[in-house]
Amino acid sequence: MSEEEGIFSKKNLKLLTNPLSNANPITVLVLGICSALAVTAQLKPAVVMSLSVTIVTAFSNLIVSLIRNTIPNRIRIIVQLVVVAALVILVDQVLKAFVYDVSKQLSVFVGLIITNCILMGRLEAFALGNKPWPSFLDGIGNGAGYGLILVTIAFFRELLGSGSLWGYKLIPESWYIANGGWYSNNGMMILPPMALIIVGVIIWIQRSRKPELIED
Amino acid sequence: MDTNGNKYTIIYASVMVVAVAVMLAIAATQLKPFQDANILIEKKQNILKSVNIVADSKQANDLFSNTIKELFIVNSKGEKVEGDAFKVDLKVEHSKHIDQRKLPVYVADMGEKGKVYIIPLRGAGLWGPIWGYVALSSDMNTIYGANFDHQGETPGLGAEINTEKFQKPFIGKTIFDQSGIFTSVIVAKIGEKSDPAHSVDAISGGTITSKGLQKMLYDDLSTYQEFFKTLKK
Repeated sequence: MSEEEGIFSKKNLKLLTNPLSNANPITVLVLGICSALAVTAQLKPAVVMSLSVTIVTAFSNLIVSLIRNTIPNRIRIIVQLVVVAALVILVDQVLKAFVYDVSKQLSVFVGLIITNCILMGRLEAFALGNKPWPSFLDGIGNGAGYGLILVTIAFFRELLGSGSLWGYKLIPESWYIANGGWYSNNGMMILPPMALIIVGVIIWIQRSRKPELIED
Repeated sequence: MDTNGNKYTIIYASVMVVAVAVMLAIAATQLKPFQDANILIEKKQNILKSVNIVADSKQANDLFSNTIKELFIVNSKGEKVEGDAFKVDLKVEHSKHIDQRKLPVYVADMGEKGKVYIIPLRGAGLWGPIWGYVALSSDMNTIYGANFDHQGETPGLGAEINTEKFQKPFIGKTIFDQSGIFTSVIVAKIGEKSDPAHSVDAISGGTITSKGLQKMLYDDLSTYQEFFKTLKK
């Protein structure tokens, strides 16, 4: 790191904060949608998935950036895949060992982090051409941007679809129609299409507030 | 240095792959004991669920040792044989001839409701293995509870076998008819003729999984017939 550029210089901070809003991987770049649909029916798996993706993007960015000058150009995609795959397997093994029930819920989607477009996108677009520290921050930023959207979707889906948050019941049992009340969970919320609709609503809100994001 | 030459590329790829392989191998072996412990706990949770006890991963060990008072292995003639029932791998046993199979039995003490006999099952669904536990009351006929799970059945269709909605109706069904002939439990589609005492509703859209589950129940429970007879006497 050169002396004139601090660890958290303005430029570096931007790497962290940009993916949260103007360069959000899901709502602006429209990457990583498939897992956003699959693991957001409840808050807990969404948070674990977000953390896993953040760890993998940050460290794969860091590692690829560290070895970027040694990578033979012809096999660079393969090298990137090996780095990502190794990290994903590590994360999967750790989840299986320490949070087994969540790992069962996420099932194949942890393995599918390998194919998450955000990862390869950031490696190709950023890590291959930048120094390790900015690359690491870029990875954290993008993982967090992805996580922010996932958690937002999961919040609404779990609250409206199951009447709970983080597995804790928020809607009193007596409100439910089955118990003589007036309330009923929205079963649609648990189904994957609802995640897509919520993503759409988030994109709509974001673009109406920031017209510069609207493409022609 | 020329990073685009053939020699460099091949050496680079080889070194990288070996290094990553070593790292992953170390990680996998280090984490194995933790993962195995989790799998054992899950098995205990599943067994407990078949007698309608829901245990989280922390309570499972205690609840299991408090509930399951006896576990043993029988053969197809109903005689007890040596071995640790908990460690029997049904996948291995199913590949053996029926006379050589080790058939595990877990006996749960349900207090006032008496002894309940839990029989582990394993079969094939549509995409992969399905398994489960059926608990029989001490008359060795009435189902006390059932729990099923699967590896990769279709979500929303075949995968529904691990839901309470599918499992609850098993309670109270009988596996022998009035003349004492083994009938197992039929997983019947709506409109299919079946005796309500020996059948539950199948999952619409999950026909192959439902049929697989029915076959699993029939095949595995039938190997215990002699054992059931010895207990009835």
